[in-house]
Amino acid sequence: MSQVRQRLAISKPTEGAAGKTGTWRVFKPVVDKEKCNQCGLCAMYCPDSAIDADLNVDLTFCKGCGICANECPKKAIEMVREEK
Amino acid sequence: MISLQELDTIGEIPQEEYVLKCTSACAGCSDSLALRYVLKAAGPDTVLVVPACCTSVIQGIYPNTAFNIPVYNIAFAAAAACASGMSNAFRATGKKTNVIVYAGDGGTLDIGIQSMSGAFERGTDFLYICYDNEAYGNTGMQRSGATPMGARTTTTPTGKIDAKKDIDAIIAAHNPPYMATAAAAYPQDLFKKVQKALTFRGPSFIHVLAPCPPGWRFSTEKTVEIGKLAVKSGMWILYEREFGKLTINPQSKAAMKRPVPLEEYLAPQGRFKGIDAKTFETLRQHLVKNIKKLSAEEAEE
Repeated sequence: MSQVRQRLAISKPTEGAAGKTGTWRVFKPVVDKEKCNQCGLCAMYCPDSAIDADLNVDLTFCKGCGICANECPKKAIEMVREEK
Repeated sequence: MISLQELDTIGEIPQEEYVLKCTSACAGCSDSLALRYVLKAAGPDTVLVVPACCTSVIQGIYPNTAFNIPVYNIAFAAAAACASGMSNAFRATGKKTNVIVYAGDGGTLDIGIQSMSGAFERGTDFLYICYDNEAYGNTGMQRSGATPMGARTTTTPTGKIDAKKDIDAIIAAHNPPYMATAAAAYPQDLFKKVQKALTFRGPSFIHVLAPCPPGWRFSTEKTVEIGKLAVKSGMWILYEREFGKLTINPQSKAAMKRPVPLEEYLAPQGRFKGIDAKTFETLRQHLVKNIKKLSAEEAEE
């Protein structure tokens, strides 16, 4: 099997296969936990599943697209410019 | 506010992610958004066949991949032919593995159409998903058969003069057991349709609208908003066709009764900037005609 693996170019599933995409970000999402009603729409619409079931944003991978902030029905997420 | 019905479906969708953090897709990409739900619905016993398209370039850097299921990358024209062989081999060995082709609009409407038509004609047991961003996205937005009239791409700098190819009618002519349209902006709907499509034996087809921020020239946070506007304006109609019987989905029925003006869908997109009145009117008439045609077909049955 290992020989076959070497001859066929097979990739293995790994987290961070495309690098730490969080470095792409210009604006980062900041969640106002007081306004948040835990509806989970942000996690549902996140294209990169960077928001987990407890609605914490994984800033190592979040690309900062801002869909979560745009779709939040309570307007509890604000996009804040990254300071470098 | 989120409705109770929506909460129900969120609960049904498994937490398991098959698209690991993170693909190299652009920020706000609806391809990764749609793929997340396609794979959640299909589950781990699935093989994805991917022709040349955005999905084949966003997987990550060898020897790693962000996709946690087997993926077979193949040439543009061969995806459905490959899936045919794969599906037959699985069935011959008694396996029920789902074979899903996940192709872009170029790989479906233009280059891949002959192998797809062949696979549908042979009655291959597989699911063909076309995610449609209405141009050749990963090579820099050249016009495809799916580009709508009036949209500017790098090869149609003054706006496309031909209408969008009606791939759904071409598929319907093959009489597959199940075909549907979906949108990345409605993930629960997409999830349900993929689950349903996989219960049918034989070929099934799902056409997913996938707004593309850099290609359609809108800012990244509007991906879902624009996808919803496409449905609400009637430019994109959500329906299912089961053994030829058409059912228009409630989202699109509501849109048919009280449509959002077409301007609201076109205005946020840079690709429609400066569209002339004549082209706009043709687009609008095409939209009205399409709605009439589908409503008449549904009423007939």
